[in-house]
Amino acid sequence: MAQKVLVPCSSSSSCGKVQFSPSRVHTQAIAFGGELSQSSSRKNKSLALKAVAAKGETSAPVTAKSGHEILLFDALREGLEEEMARDPTVCVMGEDVGHYGGSYKVTKGLAEKFGDLRVLDTPICENSFTGMGIGAAMTGLRTVVEGMNMGFLLLAYNQISNNAGMLHYTSGGQFKIPVVIRGPGGVGKQLGAEHSQRLESYFQSVPGLQMVACSTPYNAKGLMKAAIRSDNPVILYEHVLLYNLKERIPDEEYVLCLEEAELVRPGKDITILTYSRMRHFVLQAAKTLVERGYDPEIIDIRSLKPFDLFTIGNSIKKTHKVLIVEECMRTGGIGASLRAAIVDNFWDFLDGRPECLSSQDVPTPYAATLEDATVVQPAQIIVKVEQMLQGLI
Amino acid sequence: MAASSLASRAVASLSPSISTGASRDDAGSSSVVGFHKRSSAFTGRRVRISSGHGSSAAHGRRSCVVAATAAPVKESPPKIADALVTREEGLELYEDMILGRCFEDMCAQMYYRSKMFGFVHLYNGQEAVSTGFVKALKKDDYICSTYRDHVHALSKGVPARQVMSELFGKATGCCRGQGGSMHMFSKEHRLLGGFAFIGEGIPVATGAAFNTKYSREVLKDLSVDAVTLAFFGDGTCNNGQFFECLNMAALWKLPIVYVVENNLWAIGMDHFRATSVPEIWKKGEAFGMPGVHVDGMDVLKVREVAKEAIARARRGDGPTLVECETYRYRGHSLADPDELRKPEQKNKYAVRDPIAAFKKYLLENGLASEADLKAIEKKIDEIVEDAVEFADASPLPPRSQLLENVFADPRGFGIGPDGKYRCEDPAFTAGTAEV
Repeated sequence: MAQKVLVPCSSSSSCGKVQFSPSRVHTQAIAFGGELSQSSSRKNKSLALKAVAAKGETSAPVTAKSGHEILLFDALREGLEEEMARDPTVCVMGEDVGHYGGSYKVTKGLAEKFGDLRVLDTPICENSFTGMGIGAAMTGLRTVVEGMNMGFLLLAYNQISNNAGMLHYTSGGQFKIPVVIRGPGGVGKQLGAEHSQRLESYFQSVPGLQMVACSTPYNAKGLMKAAIRSDNPVILYEHVLLYNLKERIPDEEYVLCLEEAELVRPGKDITILTYSRMRHFVLQAAKTLVERGYDPEIIDIRSLKPFDLFTIGNSIKKTHKVLIVEECMRTGGIGASLRAAIVDNFWDFLDGRPECLSSQDVPTPYAATLEDATVVQPAQIIVKVEQMLQGLI
Repeated sequence: MAASSLASRAVASLSPSISTGASRDDAGSSSVVGFHKRSSAFTGRRVRISSGHGSSAAHGRRSCVVAATAAPVKESPPKIADALVTREEGLELYEDMILGRCFEDMCAQMYYRSKMFGFVHLYNGQEAVSTGFVKALKKDDYICSTYRDHVHALSKGVPARQVMSELFGKATGCCRGQGGSMHMFSKEHRLLGGFAFIGEGIPVATGAAFNTKYSREVLKDLSVDAVTLAFFGDGTCNNGQFFECLNMAALWKLPIVYVVENNLWAIGMDHFRATSVPEIWKKGEAFGMPGVHVDGMDVLKVREVAKEAIARARRGDGPTLVECETYRYRGHSLADPDELRKPEQKNKYAVRDPIAAFKKYLLENGLASEADLKAIEKKIDEIVEDAVEFADASPLPPRSQLLENVFADPRGFGIGPDGKYRCEDPAFTAGTAEV
């Protein structure tokens, strides 16, 4: 069904009228090649896959023979490369993105192909080069700013909050900021506290920003492309430990919808909402749960801000129980906001309180045992789901 | 404070490549700044050049006189034929400075009559910098300012009505009333803001300059030659973003001019108390760009420096750091009691009022008559009065405006429980939708 979207007029000061722009949803939200469309999941839940999706098997709707196998970092690179080839105003800036090819190889080969100015190696000054990316975006380019580690973007908080988030508003809609801010974050393997930060919560409240988290090669490429095409400033959260995830993705071009969640595994007993690396832990736990006879519905929320309340709500209306599994800290995290949104919107459909498994409110310790204890583990997920489904909590 | 010793005329470290195109005086010195024989009569002061750096004693008087690079220049009386501007240019500059002064004075009145609110930072005394620089730009050039941005906006061409409306918080303001005093933006006039945190506008300006380079070198559009000016104060020059951007701009030879409006005070912090090396222009050299010091109370000197720096940027030779010695006649903001600045310092700069000085120059050089200037003053009075009337009569923004500009693409508000995008909710434009 055609979506009519109200698009505020973005020209100068006195214009406050909104106009219908029916085509806008289609150019961005619908993949090329309708049947491969992830974003039609809202309208027809044709994504039901095998009953149990194991780690590594994902929701990319391709048959065994079509498409090509790819690692997640390369899928990101593919998406970026396609967008750069399609639109000459798309450029990348960050530390070691050019000659080094990116610290996680997401920009490998791009400087050779597109030149040093389009894949700009910046000096180490996050606040300033993020601001530079914002200024370039205001004046007509579409910049992708890479934080070598997401944590480094804390240095760019001034620019991300005040300028990326605010300038469209404080300028009365005159300037748009089509910038994508991306990088690896999350808890890795003994990288130490500062390289293991979970920043979703930090930027969550900034008005004017959109946030998405990728978790598979398929959605990584699709979200990268969608984020670049969006006129909003988008933060794309990647995870340090997911870059080598392999999956078969379509050869045809596709763009995912930034605002939609992904139904990973349909079920009827309980709704499990998750994102990023925790999706794979949930899937791992699901194998055991299914063996024990439970039928969890697993949704990768993907859009951390805003939440896709349609997909989430439909699931809760079906299962009446919800568990959020996240890597974010307990305090003020994505789970905290999501619980509030669920209570506000779906209270009548809940059989019990929405539960949340989050990481500990500790700076990620270096020692392996402590680090493991910081984040949620599959065993904890199994225990929690069983408790909920046995009515113990 | 020995602020006056900052009033050196000497040229700092300009690289040899700069001086093409600029006139050279007989002494053979680089002539970008300070050695205008004619304009030295403009302020009525003798050119004084010291032979070395002043001492920097721990208490009080720190001398920042800079060594001259050439022999002292003697004054000569002004001649009409040697005037530095044409009559038209002169009148344009005068009108712009009068507009700036008159507008800011009206802001003070309106603030005390509760027509505008919050933090309002006025530009009185600094008009020569805005006029001198912005009037040397083309329409496509960008400027980027700080919270002291009203006059930059006016100089760049944003109508007084729109600026006043914005200050009154009305829907007809240049930012629909959503920005306010510290956030003036104009896409049409290429004003990139209006920033409340000092330093955060400098990277944005640097990005606009990067765009020019990108347009030319990647998009191969040689018709794009926009230069960007970044205005900021002395306090900002101790901020990291300042240094980080000087580095990047020099590295990539971005077409930008960094204009420091050194009015010696950052709210109540004396520049000399905050800065280990108070000569800001010297810091350009540390990043491989020319650092220039100019008398910011002299619109013709500023203009001369501006033209050269802008031309340098437009040629592709890279950025320039220009330190304008200037002074604000009012407090930091209208809420500032301004108790720390000594009357002696204020008086010293009061007699160097850029408008009074330029008026004198125009009259003495026969470029304008008293009647001409009075006519301009009257015209500006009317413009500013009209701006106030317009702003007064303009409507406040309706509730429906609240959510409209949060996102350029309003799908960013997400999908609601009913499956529709939030922004499709009819209550969205009423401003009563739940997001």
